[in-house]
Order: sequence, then structure tokens, then C-alpha cells
Amino acid sequence: MSLPKEKLLRAYRQMKTIREFEERAHAEIMNGQIAGFTHLYTGQEANAVGVCENLGDEDTIISTHRGHGHCIAKGADVIGMMKELFGSSEGLCKGKGGSMHVADMEKGILGANGIVAGGPPISVGAALAAKIRKNGRVAVSFSGDGSVNQGTCFEAMNLAVVLKVPAVFVIENNYYSEHTNISYAVGCDDLKARTESFGFPVFVADGADFFSVYEAAAKAIEHARGGNGPAGVFAETGRFHGHFVGDPQYYRADGELDDLRENSCCLKNFRASMAESGDVSQEELDAIDAEVMALIEQSVTEAKAAPRPTPDQVTSDVYINYSAGSA
Amino acid sequence: MPEKTMRDAINEALHQAMEADDSVFVIGEDVAGCNGSPSGKVGEVGGVFGVTSGLYKKFGPDRCIDTPISESAIVGAASGAALVGMRPVAEIMFADFVGVCMDQIVNQMGKFRYMFGGKSKCPAVIRFASGGGFSAAGQHSQSMYQVMTSFPGLKVVIPSNAYDAKGLLLQAIQDDDPVLFFEPKALYQEACEVPDEAYTIPFGEAAFVREGDDVTVVAFGQMVNRAAAAIDALESDGISCDLIDPRTSSPLDEAAILESVEATGRLVVVDESPPRCGLTADIAALVASKAFSALKAPVQMVSAPHSPTPFSPELEAAYIPDVNKVKASIQEVMA
Ligand SMILES: Cc1ncc(C[n+]2csc(CCOP(=O)(O)OP(=O)(O)O)c2C)c(N)n1
Ligand SMILES: [Mg+2]
Repeated sequence: MSLPKEKLLRAYRQMKTIREFEERAHAEIMNGQIAGFTHLYTGQEANAVGVCENLGDEDTIISTHRGHGHCIAKGADVIGMMKELFGSSEGLCKGKGGSMHVADMEKGILGANGIVAGGPPISVGAALAAKIRKNGRVAVSFSGDGSVNQGTCFEAMNLAVVLKVPAVFVIENNYYSEHTNISYAVGCDDLKARTESFGFPVFVADGADFFSVYEAAAKAIEHARGGNGPAGVFAETGRFHGHFVGDPQYYRADGELDDLRENSCCLKNFRASMAESGDVSQEELDAIDAEVMALIEQSVTEAKAAPRPTPDQVTSDVYINYSAGSA
Repeated sequence: MPEKTMRDAINEALHQAMEADDSVFVIGEDVAGCNGSPSGKVGEVGGVFGVTSGLYKKFGPDRCIDTPISESAIVGAASGAALVGMRPVAEIMFADFVGVCMDQIVNQMGKFRYMFGGKSKCPAVIRFASGGGFSAAGQHSQSMYQVMTSFPGLKVVIPSNAYDAKGLLLQAIQDDDPVLFFEPKALYQEACEVPDEAYTIPFGEAAFVREGDDVTVVAFGQMVNRAAAAIDALESDGISCDLIDPRTSSPLDEAAILESVEATGRLVVVDESPPRCGLTADIAALVASKAFSALKAPVQMVSAPHSPTPFSPELEAAYIPDVNKVKASIQEVMA
């Protein structure tokens, strides 16, 4: 597949930004600088970027507990995100949501989500609005191989078909929901077929390959945008870290992580395909790497120096305040 | 007596209940762990908080059952098995996820006995990790027990220490009605003396954690230790307090609270949930309606403010009532 050079450079930059954001977040969590529960997206970058490179600002996404990658891919401000992870009042959500609740309405990011499968029904609503207003927008929700077993996910998929709305369901199969393998938690042999049985087409992708995801997502999004109802993307992928930072990962086979990092790295794959096609030189990619590293460094420096929230901010952004209670 | 953490005490109660009665089983997400995984280490996890550790290895796949992420089906499967004679203990990882399975708890499980004219039993226990303290933000920090207390047909347990947790859980498993068991996750690592043998603590019997003359302090779950610290700090000022831990919010030991307030004339109620329609308001209303004439000062309610739980550590510290807020409220009713 040939894409304009500008797009190639951008896709690589986005994937690299996610990778380095996550690796740095990991380090800062280990240093005790970032509080709370954080789920890293390292290894799955091509999924978020392959999908979001097909979207505009007016299209929406809704993400999951593993949301940093989706948010960066959809254009969230990296520095604002890092500040949010650090809990600063200058964070994207003023330090009120943290890692699991990054959101940016202007970029069409309807939020990461701490409730597994909380997102898909909401995304159907965004798609319904697009259908009513006939504005050509699509609404994408991300789910994992675990999330798809939740009733809300089934309900959302069926409702999207019934209402024939431009909803796109992206399923990232990284083979695990926390410590449980898909071969146990998904009862049937073929999750793609189960998803299609709701009555919409599902396009399969290799989640370690930007081009594969990009193409599959392009088909799904075109289908939805064209007024044909929902569509899906099913990507096989792998996460390079534990479910959460500190997970002992008893579920992994010996050598599984090394194998993933070695053979399922979207950045390596992208570089290899550029070397083959000659569309972008390795030096150009090196230059992006350096810029990304600088950006991530800057984001952490700024996040550490950013103002901390004050107690009076606990009760801002609530509809009503009552004097009862002690804060 | 050996010291055990609340996590270990609950784990021990599960082991003992499963040994004693083969109708007891546990079910939930990753209660065993590693099912279907290439490592083959099934049972290695024992719940994301480690509370069901060792159960799979001891009791096998029929009695320590991993599920997909499907909270409604987990609760339904527990209550259905209970209706036909089993004694399931289901784990719903975070209390916040009550929102996902509310119908199965409230409209189904909680209504059977009454709607079926007293002809059914539903001896299911649902365990939840509840409360704040981890910078886990709005969807992983709520108590939820205050909401569930409002539903007739459900018993609601909130242990505040390892000893109570073990005895209350063994009681819950024996109980013939559905019991919601809220484990304040900030207390999992807190230890106290816990006997090795099995024992039960009856529902509806409050514990007197401190005894005193001037003020009645009622506190739930994670707040009990903080209230005790506040009371201890005020001892040198000559203030002495009853500290009542109701242990179960439904049934509630009304008599213990009312008798104490009759003696002290002052009430401070402490809970980490938001203020409206919660346990602080509930107990204040109980005392206002049944012991009004004993009151020498307005009741003080110490709770979180009316907002979701914030992420940022500074905000969360300001959100959850701390020792100083409890102290200030005790001083206020003494003023
Ligand atoms: C309703 C609900 N149940 C359980 C959880 C706990 N939990 C968080 S992530 C997760 C696994 C999700 O697996 P999957 O959908 O495959 O996403 P992945 O973590 O692999 O990205 C679970 C069980 C939750 N956050 N919400
Ligand atoms: Mg997964």
C-alpha cells in the first residue's frame, strides 16, 4: 500500500510517541512519581494509529482502561496527558481523572474508561447523533478480547445494527484479559465470526503492522461513513508489559515477552517496510525518534514542575455542592 | 494469638468454609487466574487482591471458578446456584462495578425471598473491594455499601479489621439470605490478632472499639481506625468517646447507637462515602428521631464531599475524611 510521505512520517511519529510515552510512564511509576492504576499500551501502538489515521477531529473515539495510545493517536496533547498522569491541575482533566480517564472533547476523545465495556454503548450514541445530523461522522469504540464478553458490548453491537448507525467497533485481541487467556474467556473458537454474527462486516488486521490496521480500518470506516451501518476491525496484537504496572505475569509462556518485542514490534516492522520501499529513509525516522524523545522529556519536566491541585478543587465541576461533608 | 492481615483472614475464612461445606464455591474474574494461558499456571493468581489465593490448588476448577468479564452473569450465576442449594461466594473485583450488575443484585437476588412469599432461600455472598486511598479515581474508589444498604432483602457487611472480617465472612456464608460483603481495600494489608480456628460474628451486633462518656462516634470500614486515632489524640484533652463500629449496615444495631447517645448526648458519624442519602445521614436521622431529647449538640456528620472521587493524590487526601476532620468534629460537639 502506498501512502503519501507526509502520512507515513506522521504515522511513525505517532507510534513512536505512544511507545516512548508509555515507556517513560512506566519508569516514572516505578520511581513512585505517578500514582494510581496505570495500564500501558506498549506493543499495541499500530492499532490505535492505524485506526485514528483514518479519522478527523470531528469523528469520535471512546477508549478503555488502556487508553494512552488511543488518546495520543487521536491527537490528545502529550504534555497535557503527562501532566494528567502526574495529577497536576494543569493536566488534561485537571488531575481529576488520571490515566484511566484521559479525555479531550475538542479532539473527539470521549474518554478512556475504567469500566470494562463502558464505552461501546456510549459510542453508539455518538454514532446515532451523527446519523440524525447527517454530518458524515463516525464513532469508534475500542475493546479488548476480555471486554467483548461484557453484556454492554453485545447490547451496543446489536443496537448499532438495529439503528444502522456509523459505529465502528475495534477489537484488539492481545490474548489476555488481566490474567486470563482468550482461549478460556471467549467460549467460541472464532471471535471474529461471533462479532460478525451481529450483522456487520469485520475486517481483520495484524496489529503489529500499521499498514494492515490502516487498511482494515479504512474499509470499516468507509462502510460506516457510507451509511451502511456499523463495522468492525479485529486485530491480533500483544502487550509488552503486564496488565498493570507490577503484574508478575504468571500467565506468560517462557520467552513470550522476548518473542513479542522481537517479532511483533510495529516500529521495527515499519522501519523494515520503509527500508524495503524506500519511501522514507532510516535517517528521517531517526530524526523523528530524536524529536519524540525530546518531547517526552519535556512533558515529564513540565509535569514535574506543573502546579498541584488545591483542596478547593475537589468540589469544582460537580453540579451541586452541599455543606454537609467535610472537605 | 497469631497476627494476620485482613487479606489473609478473609482467605482463611474461605478455606475453612470450603473445607467445612462442599456446597461452598467461589466464582469471579481471575479468582484462580491463568486459565487458558500458555504458562499452564492455573490458580497462581488468586484474585487481583490475592484474597482467593490457594483455593484453586486446594479445591480445583469446580470450586474456584474463573469467569469472563461479565459481572451481571457472575452475580446471576451465584444467585441461581444459591436458589437451588449451593452457597456461592462471588467476587466482584471493585465495589464500583456494582453499577454493572445492579439488576441482578437488587431486582433479582435481593427480591426472591419476599416476592416468592418466603418460599425461597438465596444464600449467596458477593464480595467487593471497596473504598478509596489508591488514587484510583472515579470508577475504582467508591464504597457503594451505603447505596446497597437502602435495599430491603440484602444484608450489608463492612468489616474494619482482620478479626471481624474472618468472623463476619464465615457468618455471611452460613446465612440463608444474600449478603454483600464490602472489604475496604485500604485495609487488606492491616493486621491484627486472628484465631486460627473458625468462628462467626453475628450480624446486627456493633463492636465498641473505644468506650467513653462524652461523645458517641459511629464509624464504618476504613474510617474506624481513623476515628480511633482521633479519639486517642483527644484523650489528653480530657475528652472520652464511645467508638461504635456497626460492622453491618443492614441489619443495623440501632440499640447500641441509641443507648450510647442516651449516655453521651453527643454524636459524630464518620463514613468515607458522599453525604447525601448515606450512612452518616441515616444514623443522624435515627438519633434525631429516637434520641432527640438526649442531644446536647447538633449531630456532626463527617463524610466525603458531594463529588466523585478525584484522582490526584492531594485531592483524594482532601476528599476522604482524615483524623483531623474527625477530631475537629468531636471538638465541635464538645464546644
Ligand atoms: C466492569 C469491570 N470489570 C472488571 C474490571 C477489571 N479489569 C480491568 S481491565 C480488565 C481486563 C480487560 O481485558 P481486555 O478487554 O482484553 O483489555 P486489555 O486489558 O487486554 O487491554 C479487567 C478485568 C473493570 N475495570 N471493569
Ligand atoms: Mg486483552
